Amino acid sequence: MNGHDNGQKKVSRRGFLKAAAAAGAATAAAGCGGNGEIDFAEFFQSHFKEMSKDEVRSVIKRLEDKYSSKYGKQFTVKATEPMENVLFGYALDLSRCIGCRRCVYACVRENNQSRDPQIHWITVLRFKKGEKWMDLEESEKYYSPDKVPEEGYFYMPVQCQQCKNPPCTKVCPVQATWTEPDGMIVVDYNWCIGCRYCMAACPYGARRFNLAEPGLPKDEANPNTHYLGNRPRYRGVVEKCTFCVQRTREGKYPACVEICPVGARKFGNLLDKDSEVRYIIEHERVFRLKEDMNTQPKFFYFFSI
Amino acid sequence: MRNKIRHFGIALTSVTKGSKLYYGWLAFLATVILIGVVSYSFQARHGFIVTHIRDQVSWGFYISNFTFLVGVAAAAVLLVMPAYLYHFKPIKEIVFLGEMMAIAAICMCIMFVTADLGHPERVWHMIPGPGRPNWPSSLLTWDVLVLNGYLIINATIFFYVLYKIYEGKDYKSIMPLIILSIPWAVSIHTVTAFLYNGLVARPYWNASILAPRFLASAFCSGPALMILVFQAVRRVSGVTIDDKAIFKVAELIAYTMAINIFLLGCEVYKEFYSGSIHLAPLQYLYFGLHGHNNLVFLMWLSFIFNVSALIIFVIPSLRENFTTLSIGCALVFLGVYIEKGVGLVIPGFIPDTLGEIYEYMPSMVEVGVAMGIWATGALIYTLLLKFTLPIYHGTLRLEPKPASQS
Repeated sequence: MNGHDNGQKKVSRRGFLKAAAAAGAATAAAGCGGNGEIDFAEFFQSHFKEMSKDEVRSVIKRLEDKYSSKYGKQFTVKATEPMENVLFGYALDLSRCIGCRRCVYACVRENNQSRDPQIHWITVLRFKKGEKWMDLEESEKYYSPDKVPEEGYFYMPVQCQQCKNPPCTKVCPVQATWTEPDGMIVVDYNWCIGCRYCMAACPYGARRFNLAEPGLPKDEANPNTHYLGNRPRYRGVVEKCTFCVQRTREGKYPACVEICPVGARKFGNLLDKDSEVRYIIEHERVFRLKEDMNTQPKFFYFFSI
Repeated sequence: MRNKIRHFGIALTSVTKGSKLYYGWLAFLATVILIGVVSYSFQARHGFIVTHIRDQVSWGFYISNFTFLVGVAAAAVLLVMPAYLYHFKPIKEIVFLGEMMAIAAICMCIMFVTADLGHPERVWHMIPGPGRPNWPSSLLTWDVLVLNGYLIINATIFFYVLYKIYEGKDYKSIMPLIILSIPWAVSIHTVTAFLYNGLVARPYWNASILAPRFLASAFCSGPALMILVFQAVRRVSGVTIDDKAIFKVAELIAYTMAINIFLLGCEVYKEFYSGSIHLAPLQYLYFGLHGHNNLVFLMWLSFIFNVSALIIFVIPSLRENFTTLSIGCALVFLGVYIEKGVGLVIPGFIPDTLGEIYEYMPSMVEVGVAMGIWATGALIYTLLLKFTLPIYHGTLRLEPKPASQS
C-alpha cells in the first residue's frame, strides 16, 4: 500500500477524472470482484505506457508483495526495457520438429500459465504426409501416440507470430495490447477488459483467455517475472506468447528454444546481420504462415533438409 | 419551468398503477430478471468457465444477441421516416412505439456487451481522459460511440416530443435531431457489421456482403417484432393503432425479406461455386463439416422460416389478415434470430483459425443471463409505455393555469 500512497502525492486533472469515472464503475466492481474485496490501487492503476518511472516502481512493488504472499516465495516483477537496435525474430525448422511438445510444457512452466484450466501458448499441429495442410483444416491438435515422431506424419508448432502488421492490436478497444520496440506483442493484464476482440482478430489462434481464476500451484510458480510477460495473470484477461520477454531482454533464449531436443527452434536479432535467424532467412527455404493475410510475421518456418 | 417538469413527472406515478394483468406481467418479468441476475452472479463469481465460450469460439450467445438487437434498434428508423419525413398519419401516431423499442433494444445491447466482458469494472479504460480508447482504430470504440449516441438521440426525441405534446405545443424544433436519427440508425448497424467485417482472420465475416446483409435482415426482423408488439399494445393499453400503419410496416417487410434472401443467395453462390477454403463455415452451417453438424437443423429451419415468411408477406391478402400476419412476423423474427444470432457470429469461429472444430452451444448460465436481459428490455419497454399513456390519451395535459394534483 506504500506504493499507492507515493503515487497519490500529485493530484492531477487525470486523477480527478479517474475518480469521477470510478464512482460509476465502483458499483459494477462490487458485483464483479469475485472475492468481494476491491483493491482500489489496482482499480485506479494507469495504463503501463502512461506510468511514470515512480508509478511503475510502486505498481511493481505492490504486485511483488501480492504474488509473494500468494505463492509463498519471493517474486520479482521486472520492467526491463527493450535493448537498442534489437528486433527479435524466430525461425522454426519443420524438417527437424518431432512433435514432442516439450516446448509447450517448458513454456507453461516458464510463463506461469494456468494448469487448471490448462492454458498453452504453443499449439503443435500434426499433419498426415501427402495430404493438403496449408489451410490447416486437416490438422490434428490432440494427437497422443506413445512415441513421437510417428511414421507418416509431420508436425508444425504454432504460437504468436509477432506480426509486424498485427490484426490483434489494431482492434483492442483500450490499447491494452501493443508492439514493443523490440518486436514483441504484449498485453497489460491490468488494463485488458476481457472483450476478446483480439482473439477474434488473430489468424493464428495465439491468444488465450483466462476463463477461470488461473490455477497455478505454489511449488510450480516461476518467481522471476516481467510485468509484460510471465507474471501471474487474472481471471478474465487475455494472454499470449511474448518471446519470453523476461528472458530475452536479458540475453537469454526463450524457454521453448532452450528446451527443444532437436534444435528446431532458432531465435535472434533480425537487425544483426550475423545472427542465426538472419542467416536462415537469407539462405533457407523460408515461409510465413498465412502470408496472404499480410500480417507480416516475425516468425519464419523453414526446411533444413 | 420547474413546476412544469414536476407536473410532467406525474406521469411517472402512472407506472405504479395498473390492472391485475399489468402487475402479473411485471411479476413475470421480475422473475425472469431474477434468473438473469442469479446466472450472471454465478458467471461473475466463477468466470467464463461456466459458459461454453472457449478459446476456439471466443464469442458466443451474448454477442449473437447483441448483434441481433442492434438490428432491432436500427429498425425504428422505418417508422421514423414515413412518420416525420412523409407525414404518413397512421404511422406518425405510433412512431413513439418504435422509438421506445429502439431505446429498449439499445439498453439490451449494452447489457449484452457488458455481460460478455471479462472485466466489466474496467470499462472506464474506454473513456477518453482517464482511459485510453483505441479510436479510431478499433471498431469497438466506434460501436460504443454510435450505440450510446443512438440511445441519447432517441431518448431525447422521445421525451422531448412527449413533453411538447403534454404542453400542447409544437415539437418542430426537434426536427434536426429526428432527421439525424435516420442516418444514425444505419450507422449503428453498419459499424456493428464492420466490427466483424474487418477481420482478415475470419473469412466468413471478411466479405463485403456482410454489412448489406446485416441491414437487410435488421429491417425485416425489427419491424416484425414491432408488429407483434403493436398488436399486444393495442389489446392491453387502449392505444389506437390504425390497421393502415401495421399494413404499411408489413409491406416493408416484404421488400426487406426479399432483399435479405437475395443477398443470402449471392453469398451461397459465390462460396459454393468458387469452392475455396472459405467455403468451410458455410458448409458447416448448412451441411455440416467433418461430421460436425450441430447447427444444420437450425439453419435450415431458419431458411424455411424466412422463405415461408416471404410468401406470406408478398401476398397482400395474407399480410393483411391478422392471423397469417402474426404467424409471418413470428417466422421472420425467429428466422432472423437464428440466421443472425447463431448463423453469423458462431460460424466465424468454426473451423477456428488453426482448423479445429469446437461445436458451440450456449450453457444454461448463458441462456439464463440472456433471458434476464431480454426481460429487462421488456420491462423498460413496458414502463416507458405506461409512462406515455396518460399523455397519449390526453388525460395529462398542462393547463393554462397550473393543474391541481388530482
